[in-house]
Amino acid sequence: MQIYLPIAEMPVSVLLILGMGAAVGFISGLFGIGGGFLMTPLLIFLGIPPAVAVATQSAQIVASSTTSVLGALRRKSLDHKLGAILVVGGFIGSVLGVWFFAAARRAGQLDLVIVVSYVTLFTVVGSLMLKESIREFWTKRRGGTVRPRRQAGEHASYLGWPLRMRFYRSKLYVSVIPILLLSLFIGFAGALLGIGGGFIVVPALLYIFRVPTNVVIGTSQFQIVCTTVVALILHAVMNQAVDMVLAILLIIGGVFGAQFGARMGRNLRAELFRFLLAILLLAVGLRFALELVVQPEEPFSLTTQEVRQ
Amino acid sequence: MKRLAIVLLAFACATSAAAETLITSLSNHRVLINSNYTGTSIAVFGAIERDAQTIARATAYDVVVTVRGPRQLLTVREKEQIGPIWINREQQKFPAAPAYLSVLTSKPIEEITSVQLRQRQKIGLRAIINAPDFTNERGGGADREFREALYRLKAQEGLYLEDERGVTFLTPDIFRASIPLPATAPPGEYDVQVVLFADTVVLASTMTHFELVKTGFEEQIGSIARDLSLLYGLATALLAIAFGWLANVIFRRD
Repeated sequence: MQIYLPIAEMPVSVLLILGMGAAVGFISGLFGIGGGFLMTPLLIFLGIPPAVAVATQSAQIVASSTTSVLGALRRKSLDHKLGAILVVGGFIGSVLGVWFFAAARRAGQLDLVIVVSYVTLFTVVGSLMLKESIREFWTKRRGGTVRPRRQAGEHASYLGWPLRMRFYRSKLYVSVIPILLLSLFIGFAGALLGIGGGFIVVPALLYIFRVPTNVVIGTSQFQIVCTTVVALILHAVMNQAVDMVLAILLIIGGVFGAQFGARMGRNLRAELFRFLLAILLLAVGLRFALELVVQPEEPFSLTTQEVRQ
Repeated sequence: MKRLAIVLLAFACATSAAAETLITSLSNHRVLINSNYTGTSIAVFGAIERDAQTIARATAYDVVVTVRGPRQLLTVREKEQIGPIWINREQQKFPAAPAYLSVLTSKPIEEITSVQLRQRQKIGLRAIINAPDFTNERGGGADREFREALYRLKAQEGLYLEDERGVTFLTPDIFRASIPLPATAPPGEYDVQVVLFADTVVLASTMTHFELVKTGFEEQIGSIARDLSLLYGLATALLAIAFGWLANVIFRRD
């Protein structure tokens, strides 16, 4: 069954889009990430104009993340205070990111900046997580006791910087400065790469701040909803690239997928969860690295600037 | 001066030798896009009228139908290897390239008329793409591979095509052609130019148009997104949140 998309100005198969929404929603719910970095390339592959793909998939992220946030609220696994700080820093970072985006475009190397950032972020974050989970796995096999996740007096020095705040739900008592820096960076990368930044928030909260896994997912989803709603409205106003029909199809597929993903995520062992996320990030990073290194079959590419009367 | 002379000469030949009149008609002047639109095709019918003075032709007539879609600014970029990585280096802009371009002919274009005439009159896909005003020239003919790349990339999407059997003669004086419009051809004005040839000479030509427009729901969504963009953005965001909330309610199981 085909349906014509009014803004993308092309027909797509309804079942295919529903399926894609469900698959990405599942991963998104499982790991507490937005999934934009998976959905955007898929949509572009279908022939949907890149601007429409980036803008529209943010609607799906809003929907699936809203579901997750509501679920987290009910299970009391959302740290409002931590989430609010992430959102504030994220907005400032987004402004800087948009500015850098324009500068790179003027220099004519936006594509390169985006692909290199993807490769660096995904491979670095992915391999760090993979290393950690393999080490954890080996200690367990050798029968050694796994280090408790938190130990007294084990905090890194930057967590003890001034302006310390208490985050009850995350069992944290740390300086606000490193958290703000993290959120600035996420906002910056998000605006530059068109992603919510969940895949940076999740490992950062897990490894740097040692926040419990369930709180990490709820809080990162909260941050994603706030950033993405703003991005969605900006895209609609500035680029007029949000396709409502495509958005609804993606959302319907996505909410179902996200439900099952979240349910499975709750039953997943923490080490396995981190191992799978590491593999996913590494795989995406390697895919982008290949794109950069392998000789393209077609060295030419075509972009269309819409001439609207 | 020389060019003017050629044009005048061509004009003189056309009027004196050719008393044929070309009459063409499209099956549809307004194609409507609704939610189950998956592309369409438009038929062109043509008749060649001869009057008493028309000289007898030794050869059959030939017809070239050229369809040009709405103009777009296109940029073609070329990747080159710098060290270990491939990045975009050179680019070539095509300021007013048609989004859709098809050339339907009654036989291979090389057999219909000469290279000079094709280039001058922009008859045939290659002649249009290689025309000097299609894009900026580069030294050493470097623009040529960008023109070829544009054709190749557009042809892959079915948006640029040349069909040497696209026009069929039903009788020696009546022909028809079918313009295939893929679903990805954008809404807008399309020009249809029909040129009649006999023995490599242009006898007559006509120009008609059709319009590809979104209707009903598709049209409304498009105009709201354009004119009330803030409202549209807010509505989409609210819709997304509502769906998220709904899913949470439906799947709550405690």
